[in-house]
Amino acid sequence: MSKPVIQVENLGKQFHIGGTQQQYETLRDKVSSALAAPFRRAGKLLKGQATGAAELDEIIWALKNVSFNVNQGEVVGIIGRNGAGKSTLLKILSRITEPTTGEALILGRVGSLLEVGTGFHHELTGRENVFLNGAILGMKRTEINRKFDEIVAFSEVEKFIDTPVKHYSSGMQMRLAFAVAAHLEPEILIVDEVLAVGDARFQRKCLNKMQSVGQEGRTVLFVSHNMPAVTRLCERVILLDDGQILEDGPAHLAVSAYLNSGRGVSAERLWPNPKKAPGGPVSRLCAVRVISEAGQVVDSIDIRHPVGIEMEFETLEPDHILLPHFHFHNEDGTCLFGAHDLDPNWRMRPRPVGWYKCVVWLPGNLLAEGAIFVNAGVITMNPDIPQFYEREAVAFQVIDTMEPDSARGDWKKNMNGVVRPLFEWATDYLPNGNGTLKSSKKLKAHL
Amino acid sequence: MISKEQTGQPPTLASPPETSEHSHITLIKPSQGWVSLQFRELWEYRELLFFLTWRDIKVRYKQTVLGAAWAIIQPFFTMIVFSLFFGRLAQVPSDGIPYPIFSYTALVPWTFFANGLNQASNSLVNSANLVKKVYFPRLVVPFAAVISGVVDFVLAFIVLIVMMLFYGIVPTANIIWLPYFLLLALCTSLGVALWLSAMNVQFRDVRYTVPFIVQFWLFATPIAYPSSLLSEPWRTLYAINPMVGVVEGFRWALLGTDTAPGPMIIVSSAVALVLLVSGMYYFRRMEKTFADVV
Repeated sequence: MSKPVIQVENLGKQFHIGGTQQQYETLRDKVSSALAAPFRRAGKLLKGQATGAAELDEIIWALKNVSFNVNQGEVVGIIGRNGAGKSTLLKILSRITEPTTGEALILGRVGSLLEVGTGFHHELTGRENVFLNGAILGMKRTEINRKFDEIVAFSEVEKFIDTPVKHYSSGMQMRLAFAVAAHLEPEILIVDEVLAVGDARFQRKCLNKMQSVGQEGRTVLFVSHNMPAVTRLCERVILLDDGQILEDGPAHLAVSAYLNSGRGVSAERLWPNPKKAPGGPVSRLCAVRVISEAGQVVDSIDIRHPVGIEMEFETLEPDHILLPHFHFHNEDGTCLFGAHDLDPNWRMRPRPVGWYKCVVWLPGNLLAEGAIFVNAGVITMNPDIPQFYEREAVAFQVIDTMEPDSARGDWKKNMNGVVRPLFEWATDYLPNGNGTLKSSKKLKAHL
Repeated sequence: MISKEQTGQPPTLASPPETSEHSHITLIKPSQGWVSLQFRELWEYRELLFFLTWRDIKVRYKQTVLGAAWAIIQPFFTMIVFSLFFGRLAQVPSDGIPYPIFSYTALVPWTFFANGLNQASNSLVNSANLVKKVYFPRLVVPFAAVISGVVDFVLAFIVLIVMMLFYGIVPTANIIWLPYFLLLALCTSLGVALWLSAMNVQFRDVRYTVPFIVQFWLFATPIAYPSSLLSEPWRTLYAINPMVGVVEGFRWALLGTDTAPGPMIIVSSAVALVLLVSGMYYFRRMEKTFADVV
């Protein structure tokens, strides 16, 4: 059972930035640079540089020295910040792009799903798209025929299967597309962040489907930002950072390494160098931090306790009305809510030049458990001009300690929803019989 | 983790011991220099080729008022214009055949060639989302673009049959060669399109070049005039343009022109084959950069 079906050794991928990364070269550029190249090279040789080095203008390694094995039946999550190389790794393993160095050996039929609905054509009907998309994903026609009814049932769009897809809602398109993908039966399944689509109920259905894929002894590589999904689906997680493997081990270890590493988004961000700080002509960001009631910087907070988000900024020009604000996102990227400064002392009041620190307090029993990402910004008003807007400036974890005085009460299982407020509940009780029924009988008597 | 001993000998990776259990073994590594054409893999993806062709056919005339009539309008109206200006006004000779059918017989394969070239040259860039997200032999894309034009060809060809009836022209027995000439047009179109589509990924100039190429090529091909204007050996040399062989072949097979195209067709076929094979190699060589650049 435990023999490697994916062997990755020293995989590396480099991209050129600068000249060659310009989106589309024109032939003229290429010709002129080709004509100039010998002279450039000669010039560098004269300066005593190696010819090899002359070629390396601006190179970044999207992936470097990545080695790992995956055994048959393993479900491996791949996590990391944006730009850490996750997608590049999946693209290489799916053979979409070639590595620059190293090699990978894959035993078995690979199905890769880097995007839901690749190749869907708006003018074609749902039925036609199932076949087209299936073929694109590498299914045989007989295979699609066999699974067609199952796919349609899974997608829940039976009624519209012969309608052109352009008349579908985006949710319906996604469901149909995922239904096709979910019925791909490769020995090795490679999945990129595709579960971040559709409504929550359908997402769960897809997660369950993927889980069953894993249980059938198939090997799955799964990239996601959705940490609960990663920990639920994968026993092993590889944490990538800057194109290298930072951590490779049990899911919870790698996930917490990711969340706690200073490499990811942390609970405090400082911009000591004004030149590098985000900002506009009027205002500049100095610091953002997550604080507890005690005023300490914390990266996790009890679900029942309030949490403060603090922003320090400078005003560089007088007589502007400033509006500091935050946006809160969960790990699916869903925006939970926004909040802007309502401090009566400064509301609609021009601010003199100087240093400011504002803080917003979110009450306990508001956020759901999981990671929360905070975007921070300042807008000058009338006219409304953003001075800066820092995405994922800070992040923190909301921890549910399973105490019965939270909104969870005595329920120990998964709870849905992007927020988890604590409400008051009340119950009326009548000892013998059904209250509503009685009152309706009374009503009938009146009639 | 791969142990030190294994890393020391990459061949162990390349030839795993448990090969028999897995039908698919994929070794991913940087390719160098010229790569093989991998016909076997292309064959494995024949269903995708089928579906992409089918999609192109289905979608081509969606949301147009005249629909598939466009397949006929294009060569037919060109024929009318040619007949007026070249046939009537300029009195261009037409090998003793009524000028309209003389030019239309050439325009049918020409339109197939030109549209195929046009569609296929832009096909990779138009399928950028596919190329970036799914693996398949990229050759499938331009192949499908050219092959889907066969439907248009058939429609235009039906009009040609009607015209032959109208002019009372009975095709010669050489008509059995017609599929070969169609194949020749397909190979030429594909051969050039493979070069252009691969270049188009990196240099978007190609998109603007194709209409020029097609326009010049139209006049470099004996469509408005007969190749019999040239004397041998220039006529055979002229067939270096493979479309010369196609067009004269069509006339020979259908209209019975006595342009005896034997040597011309051999020359045209050879050139078309060179274009196709070189195009495929060039395409395969550039293929690895497509997903990064497109």
